[in-house]
Amino acid sequence: MIPELGHLALILALLLALVQGVFPFIGAARGVPMWMQLGLSVARGQFVFVSIAFCSLSYAFYANDFSVLYVAEHSNSALPLQYRLAALWGGHEGSMLLWASILALWTVGVTLFSRHLPAEFRARIIGTMGLISIGFLLFILLASDPFERLIPAAMDGRDLNPLLQDPGMVFHPPVLYMGYVGFSVAFAFAIAALLGGQLDRTWARWTRPWTTVAWVFLTVGIAFGSKWAYYELGWGGWWFWDAVENASFMPWLVGTALIHSLAVTEKRDAFKLWTVLLAIFAFSLSLLGTFLVRSGVLTSVHAFATDPRRGLFILVFLGLVIGGALTLFALRAPRVGLGGKFDLQSRESMLLANNVILVAAAGSVMLGTLYPLFLDALGMGKISVGPPYFDTVFVPIMTPALFLMGLAIFARWKKTDLPALALRLKWALGVSAATALLLPLVLGKWTPMIALGLLLALWIVATAAINLRERLRQQSFTSLSRAYLGMLLAHLGVAVFITGVTLVKGYEIERDLSMKPGDTTQIGGYVFRFEGVSDTAGPNYQAARGVVRISRDNKEIAILSPEKRLYTVQNMPMTEAAIDAGLLRDLYVSLGEPVGKDAWALRIYIKPFAHWIWAGCMLMALGGLLALSDRRYRRERAAAEATP
Amino acid sequence: MKARHKRFAMIAAALAAVAIAATLVLNAFRSNLVFFFTPTQIAQKEAPLGTNFRIGGLVEQGSLKRTGDGLSVSFVVTDTVNRTPVAYSGILPDLFKEGKGVVAQGKLGSDGIFHADQVLAKHDENYMPPEAAEALKQAGKLNEQTGKTLVLPPGQQP
Repeated sequence: MIPELGHLALILALLLALVQGVFPFIGAARGVPMWMQLGLSVARGQFVFVSIAFCSLSYAFYANDFSVLYVAEHSNSALPLQYRLAALWGGHEGSMLLWASILALWTVGVTLFSRHLPAEFRARIIGTMGLISIGFLLFILLASDPFERLIPAAMDGRDLNPLLQDPGMVFHPPVLYMGYVGFSVAFAFAIAALLGGQLDRTWARWTRPWTTVAWVFLTVGIAFGSKWAYYELGWGGWWFWDAVENASFMPWLVGTALIHSLAVTEKRDAFKLWTVLLAIFAFSLSLLGTFLVRSGVLTSVHAFATDPRRGLFILVFLGLVIGGALTLFALRAPRVGLGGKFDLQSRESMLLANNVILVAAAGSVMLGTLYPLFLDALGMGKISVGPPYFDTVFVPIMTPALFLMGLAIFARWKKTDLPALALRLKWALGVSAATALLLPLVLGKWTPMIALGLLLALWIVATAAINLRERLRQQSFTSLSRAYLGMLLAHLGVAVFITGVTLVKGYEIERDLSMKPGDTTQIGGYVFRFEGVSDTAGPNYQAARGVVRISRDNKEIAILSPEKRLYTVQNMPMTEAAIDAGLLRDLYVSLGEPVGKDAWALRIYIKPFAHWIWAGCMLMALGGLLALSDRRYRRERAAAEATP
Repeated sequence: MKARHKRFAMIAAALAAVAIAATLVLNAFRSNLVFFFTPTQIAQKEAPLGTNFRIGGLVEQGSLKRTGDGLSVSFVVTDTVNRTPVAYSGILPDLFKEGKGVVAQGKLGSDGIFHADQVLAKHDENYMPPEAAEALKQAGKLNEQTGKTLVLPPGQQP
C-alpha cells in the first residue's frame, strides 16, 4: 500500500511539474502575474509530493518490505538501520529519486529566497527548474520505477553491497547530489537571463551565492568520497582517476571556473557570454556524471541493451537539455553583448586564463573518461586509460593556473602593470623557491615533483600573506569584506591540498609483507608488531580481526585492529583498514589474506600528510561559506524583506 | 600600431600555448592507452611483448600457487579455450577467487608468462569484470547472466 502511495505521489508531482514547466513561462511572456505566481505554489506542492514518494521508499526500506523489487535488491533484514535507510540511494532507481527530491528541495529554496528578484525573471527560473524536474520524474516513472513490486515477495533481500556499508554511504551521495543538482539553479538563472535578455551585473550578483552553495556541497561531497575510498578500499589510495570519480570532478572543475567567471561578471560586467556558457556546461556535466555513474554504462556499455528504454531516454534528455540550452544561447547571445573592456595585463585576463585552464583540464579528464566508452560502444575494442595519463596531463595543465592564483589577487581590474607587480612579489617567489628546493633535502628525498608541489603551495601561501598585509595597511581586519577573506581561505585550502598530495606522493612508504604472530618489522622509524588474528562477528558479517602494535623509540603509540570481513548474505569478503591518523602522518594497516599456517599478508603503509588532502578541501568549502556570508547578500535579503 | 602588434603577439602566444597543451594531452593519451587481449589472442601471438596491456578471463580452478613468503603468487587465466599463466607479487584483491572473473594488467614475458603488476576483481560476487566477460564471450562460452535474479539464503524458497 505504502509503495503504491509513493508511486501515486510521483505521478501527482509530475503533473505539478508540468504546470510548473509551462505556465510561469507564458505568464512571464505575457505579463500575467497570476500565472507567474502559480509557478511558486506549484513548485512547493511538487516538493511535498516528491517528499511523500521519498518517505514511502524510505519506509519500505525501514520496514523490510521485500515485496518491493528495489528494496529486495538492495537491502536485507540483517542490515543495520542506518544502512537500510542509506540503501535507498544504493542503486540506480533510488538514486534517481534522490536526485528528483534534491531538485525539489533546491526549487523550494529558490522560491523562498528569491523575493528580491523581478517577477518575470523569478518565474522563468522556476519554470526552467520545472522542465528539468519533468525530465527526471518522467524518467523515474517510465523507465526506472523504484516502487516496482516483486511477486511473489522475496523472503529476504540480497543485501547492500558490503563496500557501501559504511558511514560514508550515509553522507557522501546526498552531499554530492546537493552539489550536482545545485548547479541546476545556476543553469536556470542562465536560461532565465537568456530568455529575458537581461544579463548584467545584478544578474551575476544574484547567481553567485547559489553557485557558491552548490560548489561548496560538491567540494565537500567529493572530499567525503575520496576519504571513504582511502579507508574502505583497503589499499590506501585517495584518488584513482576512476570514471566514477572523474564524473564528479569534471563539474567541479567547470563549477570552479564558473564562480571565478561570475566574479568578473559581477565586478566588471565582462565575460557575460562565457559565464552563461559555463553555467550551462557545469549543469550538463552534472547530468552526465549522474547518468555515467548510475546507469550502469560504466560496467558495460551493453548494460543499456538490457533496458534500451533507459539508455534512449537518457540520451534524449541529455540532448534536449544541452542542445536546447545551446540553441537558446546561440539565438540570444548577440543581444547580450560582450560587456566591459579590459587590457591584456589585467585581473580580467588572468581570470580568463584561469578559466581556460580549468576548462581545458575538465576537457582532458573527459577525453580520458569517455573515449574508452566510445570505442567500446562502437565495437572497436576494449581499452582503458589509467592513472598515468591523468597524472601526466594534469600537473602541467594546472601548474600555470596555480601560479596565476598567487599573481591574480594582486592584479587590478581593467589594467595592471605586470612588471611592477612581479617586482613587488620577488621576495615571495624567492622565499618559496628557496624553501621548495631545500626542504625536500631536509626531508631526505628530492624529486622535481616534490619541489614543484611545495613551490606552488608555498607561493600561494606567501602571496596570500603579502596581499593580506597590504590590505591591512589600508584598513582594519574587521573592515575586510568576508568575500575577500573567503577567497583567501579557499586559496589557502588549495595550498594545503597541494601540500598533502605532494608529500603523500613523494614520501609514502608502502610495504606488503607476510607476518606470523609475534613478528615485528621496522618501517620508517616505527616498529610494527603483529599479535595475531582472532575471530569476531558483526551484525551481518563474520570477521577475522588482527592486532598490530606500533611503537616508536620503545614507546607504544597505537594498537590497530584491521579486519577481514565476510558479509554472509552476498558471501563477499571485505577489507577494513585500521588507521592511526595524525597531523603529520597516517599509519595505515590492513589485512590481506591468510598465507600458510598462522601467517597473514599485511599491508603496512605510512602516509605523510594524508589528512591535509581533505583538510584542504574543507578549507576551500569553508572559504566558500565565508564568502556567502558577505554583507552585500544579507543587505539584499534585508531590503527584500522590508518591502513586502 | 604598437598596441595592435602587441595584441597580435599575445594572441599568437595564446594559440601556441593551446597547441602545445593539446599536443601534450594527446601524446600522453596515446602513450598511456592500455589495450586488452584475451588468452586466445595471446596464444595466437597477437599480443605485444614487453608493453603494458590487460588480460581478462577466469582464474582456472586449482591453478593458484603461492611461493616463498606467500606474497608471490601464480595462477592461470583462461577463457575456457586457451590459458595464460600469470605471475604476480603482492596482495590479491578481496574478490579474487578460483573460478571467478579476473583482469590483470602487466607485461607478457618472452617465457610466455604474463607478469602482472595489477590484479583487479571488483564490485560484487555476481559482477564479472567487463574485460573478463568479453574474453569469455569471444571464446563463445559465456552463459548470459540474468539481470533480476535474487540471491536467497540457502534453503529458502521465494
